[in-house]
This record gives sequence, C-alpha cells and structure tokens, in this order.
Amino acid sequence: MSKTRKRKSNKTWERVDGRKQDELRPIHIESGVLPNADGSAYIEMGRNKIIAGVYGPREMHPKRLSKPNEGVLRVRYHMAPFSVDPRRSPAPSRRDTEISMVMRDALEPAMFLERYPRSAIDVYVEIIQADGGTRCASINAAAVALADAGIPMKDLVAACAAGKYDGKIIVDLGDYEDKKGESDVPVAYMPKFDQVTLLQMEGIMTREETEECIKQAVEGCKKVYEIQKEALKKKYGMIQGEAAAPEPEAEAEAEPEEAPAEETQKPEGHVDVDEPEEEEKQ
Amino acid sequence: MSAKLEERSIVVPGDLIYEGKVRAGDNTYRDGGNVYATKVGLVNYSKDRVSVIALEGGYTPLVGDLVVGTVTDIELGQWLVNIDGPGDAILTVNEAIDKPFRTSLDMTQILDVGDLIVAKVVDLDRNRTPVLSILGRDLGRIHEGFVIGITPSKIPRLIGKKGSMINMILKETRCNVTIGQNGRILINGRSREDEELVERVVRKIEAEAHTSGLTNRIQEYLKAIKEEKK
Repeated sequence: MSKTRKRKSNKTWERVDGRKQDELRPIHIESGVLPNADGSAYIEMGRNKIIAGVYGPREMHPKRLSKPNEGVLRVRYHMAPFSVDPRRSPAPSRRDTEISMVMRDALEPAMFLERYPRSAIDVYVEIIQADGGTRCASINAAAVALADAGIPMKDLVAACAAGKYDGKIIVDLGDYEDKKGESDVPVAYMPKFDQVTLLQMEGIMTREETEECIKQAVEGCKKVYEIQKEALKKKYGMIQGEAAAPEPEAEAEAEPEEAPAEETQKPEGHVDVDEPEEEEKQ
Repeated sequence: MSAKLEERSIVVPGDLIYEGKVRAGDNTYRDGGNVYATKVGLVNYSKDRVSVIALEGGYTPLVGDLVVGTVTDIELGQWLVNIDGPGDAILTVNEAIDKPFRTSLDMTQILDVGDLIVAKVVDLDRNRTPVLSILGRDLGRIHEGFVIGITPSKIPRLIGKKGSMINMILKETRCNVTIGQNGRILINGRSREDEELVERVVRKIEAEAHTSGLTNRIQEYLKAIKEEKK
C-alpha cells in the first residue's frame, strides 16, 4: 500500500496518518483536572496523553537550593511505565532529566520568578501515553497548568515540532515519523514576543531545510496557542453559562451600576454582625 | 490609546488589553507601550488604570491583611504559622502577649502546635517573611466555629463592594464570619445548620465569582433555601 503511494510520488504523497504536511494532530486541552494541585492541565495531542500539575509558589525543600533573589522553577518530566511499548523502567532516565531541563528553560522566560524569592514553583508532568513529540505536548500542558495555578506569566508558551520525513518538511511529527524520519526540530515559542524559548534538532538537514522547519514549527505553535487560550477560557465559559441561565432578569438589573466596580474593592476581611467594618484597602 | 476588550471579558496571560499610555494595575504588565494580562481573570477598565481581576492564584501576604492560620512549630521566642502563603509566617512572643518576655514563660500555654489563629500581618521583614500579630480585638486563638478554605483570589468577591455581599450573608444567616485574606474563612454560628448554610453559599460564590449580579443572585438563593426549610 505504502509502496504504491510512494510511486505516485508528488501528486498523492501522503503522511502515514493521512495528514497534510502542515497539519497538526487533533489537540484537546482541559484545565483544572487535579483538585489537589494549585493548577493542572490535561492534554491529548494525537495519541499523546499527558497530565501536568503545578504546585506553588511554596517554600522550597531542601532549603539550600532556593535562591535569595528569585524563585526557582522545578520541572519533573516523567513517563509512566505503561506509556510506551515495551514497558519502560519508572526510574528517571538520562532522557527524562534532559527533557525536564529543556522544559524548565522553555517555560522560565515567560515567568516573573523575581517576584518569588526563596520559593519554588513545582511542575510535575506525567506522560500517560506517548506518541512522539511528548516534550512539545508537555510544554503545552505545563503552560496551561501554570496559568491555571494563577502564576503570573508574560505569555503562554506553545510548542510544536517540525521535521523532515521522506524528503518533505512536515509539522507535528507522530511517533512513526519521529523514528523513521530524517530529522526532528522541536520548537517552543512565545507568540506575543515572537521569541523562541526551545530549539533542539536531531538528524541531518541542510541549512535551508532547517530554517524552513523552524518557520513551519512556529506556525504550528501559533495554532496550538489559540487552543491553549480556548482551554483556559472554557473552564469559566461553562460556569458562566450555567449561572446566567436560571434568572436572566435579575442579572440584567444588577449589571449597569453595581457590577463593574464591585471587585475592585478590597475591604478589610473581618466583619461582625453588629459592627460591619467598611474600610477599604489601598 | 484604546481599550482592546470589553469590560469584564475573560483574559489569559499575554492577552493585549490596552494600547497606549495608562497605569498598569493588578495582574498586568506594560511592554512597548501596551498593557498585557499576566493571569487568567476579568478585565477591569477604570478611569486611569487597567487591571485584571484574577480568577486563579495563591495568596501573597500584604501588610494589614487579616489571616487565618495554623501554628506549625514553636521556636525560641516565636511561633511559625502556616498561612497558605509562599512560606511560613512568624509570630513573635511580644506580638502575642501584652507583657514583657520572661524566660519562665511556657509558650505552649499561649499557643501550641496545631492551634488555629486569627492574626494580622503587621510587617514583611527583609526576607519578605510575614510577621503576624494577635494583639487586638477579635484576634488570637480560635476557640469555636469551623474553618473552610477557598481560592484566595475570590475573597474580594465574597466581601463584595464595601462588604455588601458578606453583610448580606451575615444578616440572612446570623453567623459570625471572619474572612482571612489568605482564603481561609472562620464560620461561627448558633447552630451547625446555620454554619453549613454559610458554607454552601460560600462555595456557590467561589464557583460563580466571575459572573455579574452575583449579590442579588445569592440573596435569592438564600431566600429560596429558607423557604424550603419552612
């Protein structure tokens, strides 16, 4: 089957899963999936299934690793033993350590770590099912989880890979393309600053091909970015819909005068029945 | 020089919310003359500033905050208190008792590990560690009631404009409620039923904090529950 396809060559060249050259795998992101974490996200990128959990900013243990002038971002990338076939040892491998490091470096530029001296922000990423491009998918999930945790960020970080397979430049490589292809270039990108925060390359390509790969990967990142934003907003959109449904009239009444300024006030916390305090902060 | 979004629309980190010169308020930052959001939240345009009302986020201690915390450790002359912030807070003996420190003093008689306290943040020391005080009216060890936790970023919504929301809840339920800025709330009512009612209402506010006209909706919600009971 695949041989006939190849022979027809230029006209009907198709990727293994039938995607177009610049087409991403279907992506589904959900935020706030772990009730006990400060922030979390679940991503399905093709057949990748990944959960990211964020804790912090919190006190750092061991204390000697903390920095007096800024916070420390710690990322743990871990693949579940059953995430790949054959089973993988659960102990952290060389590869896990490397990906943890590049993920941290990819996420750090988007954060205001100087606001949290002596603290740590922990990101735990667990690969439940792997299908190529897990480091990109993990970065996508981690960025959404960080935003879900309410940690201030300059921008979301989106990641996407591009590479060369069968002599063609393709975007978002799957497991098969990753292994059989000539080259793989994962890129993490902050769309608002037009900044690349992760750039790795594996395999052999010419200079022109590499440049084309980066360009294509950045385009892919922009598509992912939109999905990330959607996922973060979706959580509230749903509740808003539910709440608005029962009494639409009451809401219409209250909105014009009361609503806009309501939350800007930060009165003091303590209130008694007989003596309500009405002091304002700021 | 223009607002880029509608008032109260939901933004995520990196969203452009204002083009041109304006003061960047809470949860925003300026870059190249534009203002962007840094957190998931609702945009708020006021006269001279643009800010984002955060929907998610931990507690950052500020001087003057009222907090509800747990005593986690006793050190020489001070207690360590967990207030759900980035680190533990410190409560020194001279901020806990109104008399001079004596070596014969048994600190566990005043506060022991595991005690819950209502305290005020009086200072942030040079390590930005919050320093607490329990000298003052309604501060100190909690003797009765129960404590629930919500997301700290939703506390302003629970209090409402000049306390409109919380005063309404107090009136309707006849409970004493102490709201810690760190997201812990002490509820002390005449009966367990009243306290549970407050908890239900607080949970509803937490879930719907980003919707408008909430105070009225909560009032109707409370009335509906009361009528049900009758």
